[in-house]
Amino acid sequence: MGLIRSALLVLAFAGAAQAQDKFITVASTTSTEQSGLFKHLLPLFEKKTGIQVRVVAVGTGQALDIGRRGDADVVLVHAKPLEEKFMAEAQGVRRYDVMYNDFVLIGPKSDPAQVRGTKDVAAAFRKVAQAQAPFVSRGDRSGTHFAELEIWKLAGIDIAKQKGPWYRDTGQGMGPALNTAAGMNAYILSDRGTWLSFKNRGDLVIAVEGDRRLYNQYGVMLVNPQKHPNVKAKLGQAFVNWLISPEGQDAIASYRINGEQLFFPNAGN
Amino acid sequence: MSASILPLALENVSYASAGQPIISNVSLRIDAGPSSIILGANGAGKSVLMRLMHGLLAPTSGTVSWREKDRERVRRLQAMVFQRPVMLRRSALANVVYALAVAGVSAAEREAQALAALDEVGLRHLAHRPARVLSGGEQQRLALARAWALHPEVLFLDEPTANLDPGAAREIETVIKAFDAAGTKIVMATHNLGQARRLGDEVIYLQAGCVMERAPIEQFFARPATAEAAAFMKGELPWV
Amino acid sequence: MGAIAEGLRRVLELDRELWHIVALSLEVSLSAVLIATALGLPLGAVLAVKRFAGRRSLIVLLNSLMGLPPVVVGLLIYLLLSRAGPLGDLGLLFTPGAMIIAQSVLVLPIIAALARQGLEDAWREYEEQLRSLGARELEAAFTLIWDARFSLVTAVLAGLGRAAAEVGAVMIVGGNIDGVTRVMTTAIALETSKGDLPLALGLGFVLIALVLAVNAAAQLVKEAAQRRYG
Repeated sequence: MGLIRSALLVLAFAGAAQAQDKFITVASTTSTEQSGLFKHLLPLFEKKTGIQVRVVAVGTGQALDIGRRGDADVVLVHAKPLEEKFMAEAQGVRRYDVMYNDFVLIGPKSDPAQVRGTKDVAAAFRKVAQAQAPFVSRGDRSGTHFAELEIWKLAGIDIAKQKGPWYRDTGQGMGPALNTAAGMNAYILSDRGTWLSFKNRGDLVIAVEGDRRLYNQYGVMLVNPQKHPNVKAKLGQAFVNWLISPEGQDAIASYRINGEQLFFPNAGN
Repeated sequence: MSASILPLALENVSYASAGQPIISNVSLRIDAGPSSIILGANGAGKSVLMRLMHGLLAPTSGTVSWREKDRERVRRLQAMVFQRPVMLRRSALANVVYALAVAGVSAAEREAQALAALDEVGLRHLAHRPARVLSGGEQQRLALARAWALHPEVLFLDEPTANLDPGAAREIETVIKAFDAAGTKIVMATHNLGQARRLGDEVIYLQAGCVMERAPIEQFFARPATAEAAAFMKGELPWV
Repeated sequence: MGAIAEGLRRVLELDRELWHIVALSLEVSLSAVLIATALGLPLGAVLAVKRFAGRRSLIVLLNSLMGLPPVVVGLLIYLLLSRAGPLGDLGLLFTPGAMIIAQSVLVLPIIAALARQGLEDAWREYEEQLRSLGARELEAAFTLIWDARFSLVTAVLAGLGRAAAEVGAVMIVGGNIDGVTRVMTTAIALETSKGDLPLALGLGFVLIALVLAVNAAAQLVKEAAQRRYG
C-alpha cells in the first residue's frame, strides 16, 4: 500500500503543478452551468479575489452528496427541502438565499393536453395526466425533478401510482431530457435558462409560464469545516460572501441570454 | 586449466510426450574426443535426444548427469545450434554480443570477442547488417559464430544443414571442423550420410527411440551390425 | 454533411478553449498509456514466459478485465479518491491526476493481455534458443519485449484508442470542470446534452483526427524501424 501511495503522490504533484494556488471546488447543478451563468460570474470573482472557482456540475442530489463527502468546499443548488436536510445534518455552516429563476412547462406546438397559455401549472399537469399526453421526467433527483414532483402533488396526483406509459422517466440531465422530449414531442418541465440556450427544439415551445409556484430558489452553503477539515473555509466563505453581496447580486442580475434576464437575485430576503 | 564437464552419462532415459514414447530406455556415455554423430531417419527421436542431453527437456524417467556438478558451469560450457537459426531483431554483431552478455562477459570485452567470432566464420563484413535479412546459410553461420564466442566444451548441432543448399552446407561443415580442431566436443544429429562421414568419428544409430548401434564411423558404414541400419543406409543417397 | 461543416466551423471558433481541451486530452491519455505500458508490458511478458500455479486463471481474469466498463472504473476510483475514501487526503479528486489514474487502470489490462498473447507467440519461437544460451526467465522476458516491439506497438495503440475514446471514467473522477478537467470526450458529452449537436460533432471529428494522426505517426515509425532492424 505504501508503494501505491508514493506513486499516487507523484501523480498528485504532477497534477498540482498544473493547479492554481488559490482555488475552491463548488458543487452545483447542470442546469446552472449549462445556462452559462458561471462563465459570466466566475471571471468577475476571480478578478476581484484571485480565487479560481472550479465547478463540478451534477444533479442537485449528487451535488449535495459531494458536499457530504467533503469533496467540495461550497454547494450551490436549488432544492430547498434538500438543502434544509443538508443543514439539519450539520453538513453546511449556514444557508443563504442567492437568486431564483423559474421553470417553464415546455410542450409540443400541437398541444394535445390543451394547456398552452394557462397560468395554473398544477391544472396543466392534471390535464396532461388526463390526456395521457407524453411527458418526460428527469428522474435524477435534481432540483428540477423535485420541483416537478412537487407540482404533481399540488395537482393532487400520486404520480408514482398513476403514471402510465405516457410518463417517461429518463434519469437524465436537463439537456438530454430536452433532447428526448424534442424527439418524442412530449411535455417537459425545464428551467428557463437551459431552455433559452437549448438549440435542438424540434416542435417544442413554452406551454405554461409565470405561475408563482414555478419559481426556483437557489441556496448556497459553505460545507462544514468541522465535519470536513480539508474544506477551504476562508476561501469558500469569500465566495459565499461575494455571491450575496451587492456586487455579486448585480453580477447575477446582469446575466442575459438574448437580452432576457435569467436569474433574479434575492439574497436580501 | 579447469576440469572438463564431460563425460555426460544418460542412464535408462525415457521420454514420452502426450502418452507417446519418443525415447525408450537409452543409456549412453558421451566422452571427450571423437565427434559423435547421432544418425537416424526422420522421427527416430534424434532431436529429442539432443534436447535431453543439452538440458532443454527433462526425461520422463532415468537420469542425465555430467561429471561437473556445478549446474551453472555445465550450462555455460555447452552450446546448441538448431535446424532453424533463431536470431534476434538486431544486427549480426549484436546477436553475438547478446550471447556474451547473457554469459556474463564484461561489457568492455563483448564487442571485441564478438567481432573475433564473426571473423572466424567469415561474417565480419556483415557485422552491422540486421540478422534477420541474412540468407539461411549466413544465419546458420551466425548461429555458429554465436556459439563460438562462448567457447563451449560441447557443441550440440541438430540437423544444422537440413534447410540449406549444398554450397551453404559445405560452409557450415567447414566451421564445424574448425570447432573440432579447436578441441570442442561435437555431438551432431543428422540423417545425411555423406555429412556424417565427413564430420564424424563415431556413429550412434537411433531408431524408434532406441540406440540400435554405436560404432566408429568406418566400421559402421562398412559393416552395420543391425539389419535396420543397413536398410537405413540403402534408403539414403549420400552427398558426395 | 452540412452539420459536419457547421460543426468544424464552430470548433475553429473555439480557439484557445479548444486548444486547452485538446492539450489536456492528450496529456491525460498519453500519460495513462505510458504508465499502463510500463506496468503492462512486463506483466504480459512474465505471464507469457513463466509457468506457475494459477497462470491460466490469471490470464482469463486479465482478458476479462479488458472489458471493464469505464463508468465502473470511474466509480471505483472516485470512491477511493473521495475525501470520504481511503486515499482522500491526497486531494486528487477532480484533478487531471485522478483522470490519469482512472485511465491507467482501464488501459493496463488491455496492454497486458494483448502483450501476453503476442509475446507468448514469440516465446514459442525463441524459447529453446534463449534457454540454450542460458537466459534466465526474467532476462528472456525483457529480450522478448524488445524483439517483439513492433507487434507490441499495436497493443499500446489499442490502449491509447481506449483511453482517448472513453468518457465514463474521466467524467466521474474529473468532474468535467471548465478549464481544469474538461477533455474532448466530456466536452462532447456536455455539448450534446446542451443540444448543441453541430459543436459536439465538430469536436468529435477533431478527436478522431487526433487519434488518426497518432496512429499514422506510429505506423511510420514502425515501418522505418522495421527497415532498419528487419
